[in-house]
Amino acid sequence: MISVTNLVKVYRSKAGDRTAVNDISFHVGTGEFFSFLGPNGAGKTTTIGMMVALLAPSSGKILIDGLDVVESPHQVRQRIGIIFQDPSLDDRLSAWENLEFHGRLYGISGPIRKKRGEFLLDIMGLTERKNDLVRTFSGGMKRRLEIVRGLIHAPKVLILDEPTLGLDPHSRRIVWEYIHSVRKEVGMTVFLTTHYLEEADGSDRVGIINKGKIVALDTPGQLKKSVGPEVLNVRVQDRDSMKKYIIDTIPEIRDSIREEPDGSLSFSMGSHLASPWEFLKYLPFPIIEASIRRPNLDDVFIQYTGNNLSDNPGNKIAGDGA
Amino acid sequence: MNGKITTTDWSLIKSSEETLADPIIRDLRGIYTLWLRDVIRLWRDRIRLVGSFIQPLLFLFILGGGLSPRLGSISQGVNGGSLGYQAFLFPGIVGMSVLFTASFAGVAIVWDREVGFLKEVLVAPLSRTAVVIGKILGGATNSVLQGGMILVLYPLFHLRPSSLQLVSAFFVMLLIGLTQTAVGILLGVRMTSSQGFMVLMNFIILPLFFLSGALYPLDRLPHWLSIASRLDPMTYGVDLLRHALAGIHYYSVTTDLLTLIFFLSAMSMLSVHLFNRAD
Repeated sequence: MISVTNLVKVYRSKAGDRTAVNDISFHVGTGEFFSFLGPNGAGKTTTIGMMVALLAPSSGKILIDGLDVVESPHQVRQRIGIIFQDPSLDDRLSAWENLEFHGRLYGISGPIRKKRGEFLLDIMGLTERKNDLVRTFSGGMKRRLEIVRGLIHAPKVLILDEPTLGLDPHSRRIVWEYIHSVRKEVGMTVFLTTHYLEEADGSDRVGIINKGKIVALDTPGQLKKSVGPEVLNVRVQDRDSMKKYIIDTIPEIRDSIREEPDGSLSFSMGSHLASPWEFLKYLPFPIIEASIRRPNLDDVFIQYTGNNLSDNPGNKIAGDGA
Repeated sequence: MNGKITTTDWSLIKSSEETLADPIIRDLRGIYTLWLRDVIRLWRDRIRLVGSFIQPLLFLFILGGGLSPRLGSISQGVNGGSLGYQAFLFPGIVGMSVLFTASFAGVAIVWDREVGFLKEVLVAPLSRTAVVIGKILGGATNSVLQGGMILVLYPLFHLRPSSLQLVSAFFVMLLIGLTQTAVGILLGVRMTSSQGFMVLMNFIILPLFFLSGALYPLDRLPHWLSIASRLDPMTYGVDLLRHALAGIHYYSVTTDLLTLIFFLSAMSMLSVHLFNRAD
């Protein structure tokens, strides 16, 4: 459904060129749920901008449903429903007027607009607020309305750019329930960008994107497997000495070492040591606390980028509801 | 979720092969949709409509009322007779009302960008030219309505235009409205925040108004002022309005109309061009 080949986007300015997307290629099958996981500034939104023909690629090719985005932008847009990172509703119009506006722009006839609109508002639990001005809506309600709007023209691909950014956990959960039911019932292809691990974890395949490059691409399960069978979390008095000790003993796992906010160290042993228990037994520091868990996508992210996804300062700001 | 929902309902949003309309139909539909949105918003903001009714009244009754005993009757060049100052001022203030409303409507594209709504419009399957035209028509409708609210006060100023003259006054208002919305868009396209707004107001919109001859006759102007006023598209709009409503004018109808139409085409094409280029 989506086919991206050697896509590059360079922003040119007097201050110097900046490569936002650096030669990425990937395919998303029909009905697949595909995620881009990466910190802010990784190139996720730029990629989406090129997929919907808002930005011109510097080079490379994007095909959506077999159509070249640069050659037939409007045909492509007709097939895409998009939920932007930031709100994009007219808050001086009512919910229904926003839907009507969208349906008209996409050439949907009056009776079909009405049927789809009423059905989707019902699904998303917004029927009672249908005639209220959008400015009176909460963040979560606006998001749900944007999902309704994105589906009014029955797109083949639903693009979600950080769909739950700035929402409280409860609203996030509701939004996801709705997205999942759309997927389950309609079998729509979904392209998601996120920096929330849990969200990417639910997808069929995850592309990890960092500094404009796809550094890993596989199913969440396979990606976690590639980190190693388990991740150790150890807390000692002198963290820095332990870190140095680990790097000296098993230099191969250097990239996986992460300093946790609670003062402990996490690292993946990979296949470099037979048993984590052996390792703990011979650790020349008194252990305050130790645990072993299965790797998550955060570990994968650290493995492939050397950065902690949640330590990214940009994410913190965004996570605060910007 | 609701119990009465069945899987047949979901099929409503299963992608059907809806054939994409002809690009021209698509754009016309888009233009209508954008225009309709502006009209709905206008109706919603009725209070603002009434609020912006106040400023022209201040000009007409306080400025006009204060100056008219001093100025006596005003004649302009060789064309037509003479009028009291308030009657002279009236067409100028109708023009001002259209000018301000249209300029704001055009610049409002900045707000659309700020609240993110512009993106919704830009990813829709229609050309950017259609987006600009829809916006221009919306702004013009808005401003003609606003100007029309002032226009209906003409009996208060002892003006007696015929119905045909009133219709032509509306036509002139429409021309001014279209031109100025295009100018507003032109200014708004490159602006990324609404902060530059007061600057625009003071450096562009107000000079257009003051230079237009809305407040004073155009003959016997100092040389520099006379040149500046010739370069202002509003000058020709106000002149036409005064011609239609009060029967006096400075330029010929042909000069006025051709100049206005020239400015309208130039400004629309320029704003379409800039909007097409902006990322």
